[in-house]
Amino acid sequence: MTDLSMAAGTPPVKTKRAVMIYSRYERFWHWSQAILIFVLAMSGFAVHGSLPFVKFGTAVTIHSWAAIALIVLWIFTTFWHFTTGQWRQYLPQLSGLPAVIRFYAWGILTGAPHPYSKTLRRKQNALQSLAYLFFMVLIGPALWSTGIVYLAYPLWANWAIGTIGLPAVAFLHTAAAFLMVTFVIIHVYMTTTGKTVTHYVKTMITGYDAIELTAAEAAYLEEEKSGLLKK
Amino acid sequence: MRSPLGVAGALFAVALLFSGPSRAEDVAEQLSARPATPAAAQKSSGLKGGTADHSKFEALKGPFADGSEVTKACLSCHTEAGKHFMKSIHWTWDYTNPKTGQKLGKHNVINNFCTNARGNEGMCAQCHAGYGWKDDTFDFTNQNNIDCLVCHDTTATYYRLPNSRGHDACGVMFEGKKPIDLPKVAQHVGLPGRQNCGTCHYNGGGGDGVKHGDLDSSLNAPSKAVDVHMSPDGGNFACTNCHVSDKHIVSGSRYDMIAKDDKGPGAPGSRRDVATCESCHSAKPHDKPSLIGYQLDTHAERIACQTCHIPKIARGGVATMVDWDWSTAGKMIDGKGYALEEYKQGNGQERHTYWTIKGDFKWNENFAPTYKWFDGRMMYTTIDTKIDDSEQPVAINAVMGGPADPKARIWPFKEMHTRIPWDPKNKSLVYNHLWGKDDTAYWGNFDMLKSVAAGMKIENRPFSGELGFLPTVSNWPITHMVAPKTDAVKCGECHTEKSRLAGLPGVYMPAHSSVRWLDLLGYAMLAATLGGIVLHSLARIVMGKKKTHGEV
Repeated sequence: MTDLSMAAGTPPVKTKRAVMIYSRYERFWHWSQAILIFVLAMSGFAVHGSLPFVKFGTAVTIHSWAAIALIVLWIFTTFWHFTTGQWRQYLPQLSGLPAVIRFYAWGILTGAPHPYSKTLRRKQNALQSLAYLFFMVLIGPALWSTGIVYLAYPLWANWAIGTIGLPAVAFLHTAAAFLMVTFVIIHVYMTTTGKTVTHYVKTMITGYDAIELTAAEAAYLEEEKSGLLKK
Repeated sequence: MRSPLGVAGALFAVALLFSGPSRAEDVAEQLSARPATPAAAQKSSGLKGGTADHSKFEALKGPFADGSEVTKACLSCHTEAGKHFMKSIHWTWDYTNPKTGQKLGKHNVINNFCTNARGNEGMCAQCHAGYGWKDDTFDFTNQNNIDCLVCHDTTATYYRLPNSRGHDACGVMFEGKKPIDLPKVAQHVGLPGRQNCGTCHYNGGGGDGVKHGDLDSSLNAPSKAVDVHMSPDGGNFACTNCHVSDKHIVSGSRYDMIAKDDKGPGAPGSRRDVATCESCHSAKPHDKPSLIGYQLDTHAERIACQTCHIPKIARGGVATMVDWDWSTAGKMIDGKGYALEEYKQGNGQERHTYWTIKGDFKWNENFAPTYKWFDGRMMYTTIDTKIDDSEQPVAINAVMGGPADPKARIWPFKEMHTRIPWDPKNKSLVYNHLWGKDDTAYWGNFDMLKSVAAGMKIENRPFSGELGFLPTVSNWPITHMVAPKTDAVKCGECHTEKSRLAGLPGVYMPAHSSVRWLDLLGYAMLAATLGGIVLHSLARIVMGKKKTHGEV
């Protein structure tokens, strides 16, 4: 994979165009996942006893169904990632990482330009893709794997008599949940770091963002995928 | 009117001895106020109606000199019933637990109410389904000594009296009772109703509801909220509908319980001679398909049905005794015994809080039971036990089982705390000779050193001559007063910080149990994250420069 914006040689002439970078399914996936994670976090911490005003039985029911819905969503989305090739967005790009970290730690305060530009092929900056990778291969699976085992407790309860099986599963699930909430909080905060505070959220809703296109890309989109360009 | 006249009558007559005649009248009034529920209308394990009208039998026309003659008449048709009944614990009062090998039954155990039936049979054997057991001379082989009527009377006019007169001072106790019309009772026999069983089982420990916490006279005609099975508005079950019997051997004895029944209802059309919930409801009874239903079925693997479905005990307006102090018995006012009634129970009746013949009492009603792991075994502290009193209270019946045992489940119990007389030198429980027409019986002489010495002597037991009072606890498994399912214990009553099951070993309950350091670490991480965000955004605002980075 070649990142066009970083390609060696003479930089091609670029123009900024509003391009559909988040397809309809991607946005559907993102927002339904957001809602489900919010519901799961609230009901989950209620099950954990941290929100005593929610009835335990209600919390368990909501948490279980939301978990099942999220698992179904993730199955479809995994399928989508591989059929569309979008999974490549999450490949880590460690070389660009220090610059991005420096930007958020300092440059953003002094008004320095973001070291990274969205391109058609690469929607996420280095830190972003690493964070999402962490989300998708670590926090997510840690939650759903322990969650499914937890939910299936009726199937192994008898086997676990006298063992620490259930407390161990609950421990891992809770630990992963704390990580997930931390991720979400940071993620939500990061959405405020765009051109305006709501810019990134708007992008995620409409799907369009201003992307620097090379003449070739622009021509290709005009010719073949005019639907992706905002008129 | 059906009444547990035998025991209650006797006890209230003792009350009459100390607190004047108005007391007994109050009680009679209270008993007659109870609405009648005909035994014939109650459901008894598949048996319905019958093929004989007992009023047409020549043998039952009478006259009968006493109950024993009625029994003879019963046995002239029911030729095998006597043989069968004599094998039942209702007759033998003797039971060896196959799991623990302990010799139990009322003839052997010491409880922490009136302590011992042994040596006090003249009084206590009112609840022996036989005629005339007052001492060792009772003939357990004579079928005519069986009392058929106490269980099979449907007229509610039959009653029993103590088998011996007791102390002279107690002579007034049972005077003035209307004689029993034996031919009438004999001609109106039937399957036992709740009141029949209740005659003794409601009144264990010396009065209505005293002993069990889930068995009292409110079950004669309970509302559905009190007992969904026994309520005339619900199942209207007779006791025998669950406590099925075969050849007069009744299932479901507390001495050998099934704490977890995996077999469920058994094969179609078959009958299992057990009194477990599962034998009707199956081991997986909750509504399915439903996430919660599956989870509840899983709960039932480790939690007895009763734990959730009997949210509180003594709910029918009759209190149960929870604390008794024998050490304060014997106090007199002007040389006379007395009773205080400073507890008014739900149905308005006042209960003794002090009684010279027994000591101090505490009552409770409509309260959550105590929960323990239970595998069906109980180890009794018997007269033979060398007591280790280093940990008090000493368990009269220790509940066995723990979380690692798949056969054990969490069960509800009523705990009864009593300071009972014991021999602190020999470290053993003692037989107290309470009832008798002699100068040693406690009830009449009020000298416990003397009555205990006599009780031990009757049974040829060693007694050091030193008398102490030992704090004890007995555990009464709760299984009656099942509430409608909408009243079952809610998830959040256990899954919460102040859980009903708090302190039980080996229980992981989300919302109650957690790994403390993980929570602290997690919340610290969240706090640090939020703190960092606040600082970062403050810095962004303070620096105040319009961002002009890569994004447009």
